[in-house]
Amino acid sequence: MAEYKWPEADKRTLIGKRISRIDGPFKVSGRAKYSFDINRPGMLFGKILRSPHAHAKIKSVDTSAAEKMPGVKAVHVVAGPDTELYWVGASIVAVAAVDEPTAEDAIRAIKVDYEVLPHLVIDNDPKAAGEFARTANENKAGDPDKGFSDAEVTIEGNYGLPVITHCCLEPHGSVMEWEGDNVLAHLSTQAVSGSVAQIARPLEIPATSVRVQQDHIGGGFGSKFGPDEWDITAARLSKKAGGKPVKMFNERDAELMVAGARPSDYARVKIGVKKDGTITAWESQSWGTGGIGGGGSPPIPYIFNIPNQRKQHTNIVNHIGSQRAWRAPNHPQACAITMTALEDAAAALNMDPYDFFMKNIELTGQRAQIYSDELKIAADLIDWKKNWHARGDKAAGPIKRGLGLSIHTWGGLGHPSDCDLTIQPDGSVELKMGTQDLGTGTRTALNIIVADTLGLPMTAVKINIGDSRYPASGGSGGSTTIGGISASSRRASLDALDQVFAKAAPALDAKPEDLEVVNGTVRVKSNPAKSMTWAQACSKLGATPLTVRGKNPGPGSLTNQGVGGAQMADVSVDIETGIVKMNKIVAVQDCGLIIDLKTAESQCYGALIMGVCYALYEEKIMDAKTGRMLNPNMEFYKLAGIADIGELVVHMMTGKGYDERGVIGLGEPPVISPGAAISNAVANATGVRVPYLPLTPDRVLAALEKKGGNNARI
Amino acid sequence: MQDDDRLKEKGSGLTRRTFLKASGISLSVPLVMGHRVIKVSGAEVKLYGPGKVPIQLTINGKTQTAQVEPRVTLLEALRNDLDMTGAKRVCDRGTCGACTMIVDGKAVYSCTMLAIDAQGKSITTVEGLMQGEKLHPVQQAFIDNDAQQCGFCTPGFVVASKAFLDKNPNPTPEQIKKGLGGNLCRCGTYMGVRAAVMQAAKGGRRNG
Repeated sequence: MAEYKWPEADKRTLIGKRISRIDGPFKVSGRAKYSFDINRPGMLFGKILRSPHAHAKIKSVDTSAAEKMPGVKAVHVVAGPDTELYWVGASIVAVAAVDEPTAEDAIRAIKVDYEVLPHLVIDNDPKAAGEFARTANENKAGDPDKGFSDAEVTIEGNYGLPVITHCCLEPHGSVMEWEGDNVLAHLSTQAVSGSVAQIARPLEIPATSVRVQQDHIGGGFGSKFGPDEWDITAARLSKKAGGKPVKMFNERDAELMVAGARPSDYARVKIGVKKDGTITAWESQSWGTGGIGGGGSPPIPYIFNIPNQRKQHTNIVNHIGSQRAWRAPNHPQACAITMTALEDAAAALNMDPYDFFMKNIELTGQRAQIYSDELKIAADLIDWKKNWHARGDKAAGPIKRGLGLSIHTWGGLGHPSDCDLTIQPDGSVELKMGTQDLGTGTRTALNIIVADTLGLPMTAVKINIGDSRYPASGGSGGSTTIGGISASSRRASLDALDQVFAKAAPALDAKPEDLEVVNGTVRVKSNPAKSMTWAQACSKLGATPLTVRGKNPGPGSLTNQGVGGAQMADVSVDIETGIVKMNKIVAVQDCGLIIDLKTAESQCYGALIMGVCYALYEEKIMDAKTGRMLNPNMEFYKLAGIADIGELVVHMMTGKGYDERGVIGLGEPPVISPGAAISNAVANATGVRVPYLPLTPDRVLAALEKKGGNNARI
Repeated sequence: MQDDDRLKEKGSGLTRRTFLKASGISLSVPLVMGHRVIKVSGAEVKLYGPGKVPIQLTINGKTQTAQVEPRVTLLEALRNDLDMTGAKRVCDRGTCGACTMIVDGKAVYSCTMLAIDAQGKSITTVEGLMQGEKLHPVQQAFIDNDAQQCGFCTPGFVVASKAFLDKNPNPTPEQIKKGLGGNLCRCGTYMGVRAAVMQAAKGGRRNG
């Protein structure tokens, strides 16, 4: 029986190398088909009439004019009379028509009367929220009163970050069609296997009647874990139209309004410290919103287990739109609040925050050594000790430069995942798994693992994913995919290899356990001259192909959890205009055994850029009076461009001490720290704390004006 | 629905495309090849529609025909009527560059050009960059430098990069940042894009 472990470093032919993604040629040439690209014969186009009110009750809906329009094939009322609507953009009526212009015209012909109800979309003051503010929890640890009386210096400040949206470039949606009693769903989803039952349930059909397919997905970031109401609606429209496929994808404004929001979180924080840097106490009143469902629950203080704590958190229930998981749920918020407040404490002591973090590193618990190692490497890469200065760049002129740091953590244990590995008698190899590749490189990782394990070139292995008819694999969220899919595909490959060896061994006059496969050759370990090709070995299978089921969880320790990361940012701030410019970010990250170094680094680069986006630009700006989002488009919902990110440096912790932990997820961790690191760098540059992200020019200037600081006047 | 009714609508009722469609109408003359000719301030102007009109587009050197409403953009005509889905509709208002095509040698946001206006012009899309099964050097460079994650912005970036390099064969890093500032990526692939454009400019392949 196979020993389920990863190969030693000197035996890895592909694992851990820098390998280009296998679907790259399809993506660069436009041949990669996303669900949004699916065009089916006779396909109709769906559009949705959306609520213009943040909170309202529907009095009446008149679809008669739309139904009579030529080219309109189906109309479905999603929210009929007496239905309460809780955000702008909520679906009311959907239509399917022969083309998009006709569907748009039909939407305009629908008449809806509303009873408008009071709404709240602002979340920056729990006192102003009135009945919409709900105390979620109050906690105490240790003796906070004593902690603060032991403190020699106490700092207080406001910190936080607003609601942002996922802004997936491929909007949420699907092409839905009926084939008899069965539904074929081309869904844009992070959970191919997991969406089947979620589609079947509302349609009241057996899950065995639903098939989900998806070759590629244009971004999810936590917002696409199942069908949305509009996907089910598309299926209903399709049924009304006699089964014709219906393509229903959000327009960009709807995508930003209704298809996902990361909860905001703000806090009033008090920290007690001793003059030597010892942290004695933490107190916080925090609040935030995730729309009508309340908010998140960021774990503050983040990572540093401060001995004495008093905390109270309030959820603001409002009409901003529905919250969804956003890459590392709760962590960027907790990190942005904690690491900034701690940096303020260091500044109050006139202490280098690097030294302050190191001084308190034991409070981080079991990963203290990793954080410590990573901070040292990051400091070298950004030349911290040379470039750091006390708060407020003393340089002449309006451009002030500063450094900031932060650390973060994440779990990343592999999710349950099954696969079927088939080896044909001619030696060809195929893997089937109901997973999905979010652009993280899942396909490529599977290909690397199977090929490395079977001693074959990558081109000899065919990877099939993105179909719910393949063995079920978990949703891609929480950095759980790489651990799950790598463990199950490794197990399947090892088991399959055992069986091939068993069939081939007699012909080589050896025992199966004495065989190995190297470079497409099956040979006797002690006598490599005794060998046969991979195809010859597989021919011993006879006429029937061999199929092995790989599972995770399973025997052996192939995946693990718990990573640490450290990041440092270097910014320049123009204190006349308030514009923050990124010079450099350094990210040092561990994730156990790396399968593909190239795509792993890409995850970190991407996370840093996403971090720059929410640190400097992103905010779902709501109008208090109308309850509408003011920037549901991509010119005013700002994302960083290619010139806005500065230089990015990624250092992966690999090799001894890391590899043997097994495979751990990487999607979430590096996106957690940038907000805090960049905010700290801006504080270091300007001498003042800008309380809330994003660090837009108006916020920077307001902070400079309010708090003075070393550079308030030039 | 008549155009006049549309113009009377408030707020979001009047879309960019209905505006483009409705503007410039004064009187109509008999139908000629899918459009009529009207006089606006003494000048002759082609008037298409309402309703679908035949169009002829020259895409990647091939002539393609379709029937589209005049308000349909070049992007939508390709995606919905010609099943050429390489270019993506993302912002749909000329901000993100995911729909970039090269029209008469110039990179354009195909979501801001009407299909009827693209007639008679030479259109190059991402589907037209490969020669047979051989990738264009820009495409190969995007793969080598992992200038893609989910890949949804990638076709637009590839086409924009090609158009940029056609005009700037030996760019500096600063020129690349400026020249490709009209394309947005959500996954964060800009480091790869910078390296890819540099590689394609040098015409070589990076190691690894």
